[in-house]
Amino acid sequence: MTDSKITPETQVALDTDVPKESSTKETGVLSRRTLLKGAVGATAISGFPMIWAQNIKDVTLRQFGTGVSNLNAIADKCKEDLGFNLQLTSLDSDSVTQRAITQPKSYDIADIEYWICKKVFPSGNMQPLDVRKLKNFDKISPLFINGKLTKDSTIAQGTAPHTVGFVESKDSTSFAKAPTDWMTLVPTIYNADTLGIRPDLVGRDITSWADIMDPAFKGKASILNIPAIGIMDAAMICEAMGEITYGDKGNMTKDEINKTMAILTDAKKAGQFRAFWKSFDESVNLMASGEVVIQSMWSPAVAAVRSRGIACKYQPLKEGYRAWGGGLGLAGHLSGLELEAAYEYIDWYLSGWVGAYLNRQGYYSAAPSTSKAFMTDDEWGYWIEGKPAQGAILSPTGDLMEKAGAVRDGGSYWDRMGAVACWNSVMDENRHMIRKWNEFIVS
Amino acid sequence: MLINTKNVSSYWQSLPLTLVLMTFLVFPLFVITVVSFWDYNEYSIIPDFIFDNYEYLLTSKVTWLAYVNTFKYAFLAWLLTLLIGFTVAYFLAFHIKTNGMQTLLFLICTIPFLTSNIIRMISWIPLLGRNGLINSGLQSAGLTDAPLEFLLYSDFAIVLAYVHLYTLFMVVPIFNSMMRIDKSLIEAAIDAGAKPYHILRDVVIPLSKSGIIIGSIFVFTLVMGDFVTVKIMGGGIRANIATLIYNEISLLQYPAAAAGAVVLLFTVILILVILFRLVDIRKEL
Repeated sequence: MTDSKITPETQVALDTDVPKESSTKETGVLSRRTLLKGAVGATAISGFPMIWAQNIKDVTLRQFGTGVSNLNAIADKCKEDLGFNLQLTSLDSDSVTQRAITQPKSYDIADIEYWICKKVFPSGNMQPLDVRKLKNFDKISPLFINGKLTKDSTIAQGTAPHTVGFVESKDSTSFAKAPTDWMTLVPTIYNADTLGIRPDLVGRDITSWADIMDPAFKGKASILNIPAIGIMDAAMICEAMGEITYGDKGNMTKDEINKTMAILTDAKKAGQFRAFWKSFDESVNLMASGEVVIQSMWSPAVAAVRSRGIACKYQPLKEGYRAWGGGLGLAGHLSGLELEAAYEYIDWYLSGWVGAYLNRQGYYSAAPSTSKAFMTDDEWGYWIEGKPAQGAILSPTGDLMEKAGAVRDGGSYWDRMGAVACWNSVMDENRHMIRKWNEFIVS
Repeated sequence: MLINTKNVSSYWQSLPLTLVLMTFLVFPLFVITVVSFWDYNEYSIIPDFIFDNYEYLLTSKVTWLAYVNTFKYAFLAWLLTLLIGFTVAYFLAFHIKTNGMQTLLFLICTIPFLTSNIIRMISWIPLLGRNGLINSGLQSAGLTDAPLEFLLYSDFAIVLAYVHLYTLFMVVPIFNSMMRIDKSLIEAAIDAGAKPYHILRDVVIPLSKSGIIIGSIFVFTLVMGDFVTVKIMGGGIRANIATLIYNEISLLQYPAAAAGAVVLLFTVILILVILFRLVDIRKEL
């Protein structure tokens, strides 16, 4: 600080190589130039933690996304393991899309879903990730690389993650048909969604998506009001009812959209739906209060209802699941130290601890093999292998989620992710779909 | 010229407000109007001059439905807040004798407003729900067999919340204009043999007209532009015109939303013009 020319940045760089206790007054000024060179040189080689030391402490990465994975525990652990700060903002899916496009400078890392990525990436506000800089890239599930969970699985309909997972080159905004070295999002989290039910109140077996339209549940059903996701639930319902046969649910024609929305609008007018929800907590409250007994739901919402001592089941259905996936992408403006920190962070995200945390919440980690090391055999058995729990299953925060003997709804990872019928989507007829969806909400 | 020095200084005085209004009201409105003629796709708005947004807006059944809903909510909320607000103001102004007591009771009226309106709205939900306090109370008292479904996520819930939220906006201006009524006018009316009903009709109501109009403007404009109440109390299945605009904004359809906003603005202005025709506010204040 004695030398007025030392900017905060160079000061930080000095601190890097000088032992903490010794004063920068003596050594700093003399060797500033060489030390800086050293620091810059080190930055260029991207290795695991060693490059960082002290200068990284001043980096703050601003991440925003939906509530599902914006967890303070992750920010705390990131600070502990990597040394830099992560500032999290949670928004609903529509607001996330809006912000990603309209305020590109307001974030460094976007935690978004693949269907959002399909909308956002072509706007040019983000930059692809160089997979060669990710040590854990080869640990990522093939689901996100070529779309196949196992060698002989078929690819589900909709915006499957691998279809928007890569771009042709560093500066390209058009999605690549086959994997390249440039990833749009590094996958982090995904799940297979289905209907949530109150087994104590439905009074019969629920086996099909069509059951949500059963007149017995008049005024006690709900679906979610996020068009890109809601339309897929609607399509699953209409197909299960036998009313419509779709060419591709993930990319409907205008006619298919009209028919789908007509069926839902009629049901709404007949009073089938109690409410429509837009955020996680709304769905929890609807279910917990008994306003609704069958509705579209997300896995942790089911867990949240159960944790209140209320019976709630994430019911597997014969038509299969509607899947979604999310990942981390880089804002276009990121460069230098922040960019390196972002790579470091994303690689760390795949290295296991976060994956295990997400697995314990009922989601799936994109790098399953690394997360296994951070879970007990019992946890792995319950969450991933679909085995009965040996002991109590605790949430990441230590609350009791399931008692011994419980089996996960829907079974193992392969049973659930293998039965995906479609992915959340953005369609070619998106504008028409959104108009129709709006009409449905207003009518 | 015509502008004398006195006028010049008053122009200077109004300059700051003019600048603020130009920057934060007129300019944004201008931008909204311009954008309403633009085209758009999933992630960007495209400068253009098209009438598609208006064409869709004005020909779509949904818009008309939403306007019908909006006017229904506005009318019901206005009617109920007026009845309740007038009664409360009348009681405060004519039945409470001491000034101190009037002030105290008036302050009590404002106590609910110490919390945010979202909180006040959400606190209705546990009361009105299917297994809420009111339904379980009615059922245990044997008054109803099944829970009343219409209490929550319905038009009833929405209007109830509006009345709860906005009645004070009626009470304040009406109370204010009632306090200005010369008490001797009422005494004179009594002396002349007027019945209470006649006093109300021929003295109190005409003299508190300015308060009623001001209160009506408040309630009407607040309800016309509101979407949060409809979203929360309507459970997402009811919609008014602002919900439509909100949905379009959240789906990045800014030009469509802008067109909706321009049409709504004209509707509200039109109604305000009619209301201002009824009373010359500046003369009455």
